Amino acid sequence: MPLLELTDVTAFYGPVQVLEGVSISVPEGGAVGILGANGAGKTTTLRAISGTVRAGGSIVYDGASIRGLKPEKVASLGIAHVPEGRGTLGELTVRENLMVGAYRRGDRRQIAQDIDYLLDLFPNLRERYRSNASALSGGEQQMLAVSRAFMSKPRLLILDEPSLGLAPSTARTVYDAIVRLRKESGIAMLVVEQNANLAFTIVDTVTVLETGRSVLTGTAEELKGNDEIRRAYLGG
Amino acid sequence: MNQGALFVQLVVDGLATGSIYAALALAIVLVNQATGLINFAQGGMAVLGAYLGMTFGNLAIPAVGPVAGITIGIVASVIASFVIGALVERFLMRRFQGGDPDTAVVATIGLLTLITGLCGLIWTYNYLPYPFYFSAGLSFRIGDIAIDVWSLTTFITILVLMGLLQALFRGTKLGLGLRAVADNPRSAALSGLRVGTLLMIGWGLAAALGSVAGVLVAVKSQLIPGMFDAALVYALAAVIIGGLDSPVGAVVAALGIAVLENLAGTYLDWVGHDLKIAVPFVLIFIVLILRPQGLFGRKSVVRV
Repeated sequence: MPLLELTDVTAFYGPVQVLEGVSISVPEGGAVGILGANGAGKTTTLRAISGTVRAGGSIVYDGASIRGLKPEKVASLGIAHVPEGRGTLGELTVRENLMVGAYRRGDRRQIAQDIDYLLDLFPNLRERYRSNASALSGGEQQMLAVSRAFMSKPRLLILDEPSLGLAPSTARTVYDAIVRLRKESGIAMLVVEQNANLAFTIVDTVTVLETGRSVLTGTAEELKGNDEIRRAYLGG
Repeated sequence: MNQGALFVQLVVDGLATGSIYAALALAIVLVNQATGLINFAQGGMAVLGAYLGMTFGNLAIPAVGPVAGITIGIVASVIASFVIGALVERFLMRRFQGGDPDTAVVATIGLLTLITGLCGLIWTYNYLPYPFYFSAGLSFRIGDIAIDVWSLTTFITILVLMGLLQALFRGTKLGLGLRAVADNPRSAALSGLRVGTLLMIGWGLAAALGSVAGVLVAVKSQLIPGMFDAALVYALAAVIIGGLDSPVGAVVAALGIAVLENLAGTYLDWVGHDLKIAVPFVLIFIVLILRPQGLFGRKSVVRV
């Protein structure tokens, strides 16, 4: 049984239907990428999962439907969503952001260890530990957003374009750290990414969205060999 | 009275008045920290809390005696205010969540009018005495300076509340949750924070705090629905000058405004009694020009 299973998920923004039938499956500990052009419904798919947009169809997590649950309820079940753009709390310090991530946990000693682990993973954050998140650079904010999500000890991490707006070398650093996080923690991941080359460094399988529908699913290797995919998303 | 003693007396009196502004300012900072809004109804809610305290107190005193009855009245007022604050958030402010914050602020102005009107309807517009442990005029002397017992009580109460609030925001999990929700409720929800509950607690705490201020003022000036209208102006000035996110800043600014106002009214002939109320506004202008985030506020960087 997969950890997360979306079947024919639909979603509307007002009268406009954004998702017309998205089906995605994330196995326990697996990593799945979502590729697609602008407006294909990638971000909306993630929002449907985390409960930040109303959705139809079936969304089953860990054997139970989570469709229609409030975002805080979904989060408490072990799904951590790093939204598009800044996923940080600007007026709070780096430390406080991480503590907010751990808000539902009571294991103090383990929390301190996890913070230490993340600060090793992202040394920039250690330097800015007492600064407000709003004072960080774009790359540092993304590192903090990922770290904050990790602090909730999720079983599934949902990442919406972690490379958005970052310089290529910074995006590389963020991705390297995410790869390490995945290897060392075994968390399942669902990653939306415009930059398919970056996405392929993390994911095992990929689902392609077109105008609100999932049109193709395959392993990373299969899709790299697909001419159409290569032309559309890999710049070759 | 010699010049030195006059000066000290003016400062002491200023600190007492300032304590009241400070209490209201603390409640405003609390709501702002928890919701990002300025609640113009904070003064009105404090007045309502004081009326409730008086009513509960007057009911309890014949049964259990004055000291216990007064205490019951105050405790009941604090609890009732917490519930009212939480309900206001749940059933009124919640409807404006996610919309334009200005709309929500205008709604709080409407709420102020509503509460003031309701208090007048229930308790009339006449001055009503608040039952308290001692009478408002009680004082003792240290040398030339008269220390008002009410002023001292108020001052100490406010300092204690300020310390508690600072500790709540900077040192507790609940405080962190309140600040996270104020910063960005949607983002906070993604970390599993119960946004609705935290907002209700924030409003409830602010109303409870306000009711303490309400009781203290009612003891001094007696109860009347509009008794906090002027204090609200000073409290808002204190909040702006001290920094919207700093309980200590709000208290220091409130005390400073009241002391400066007293000194200016006495020593500067052209200010006198009539121009005293202009003092906080002049201070606001100066602070906003030199240090827009407030004297104690943290600078928030807005990225484009």
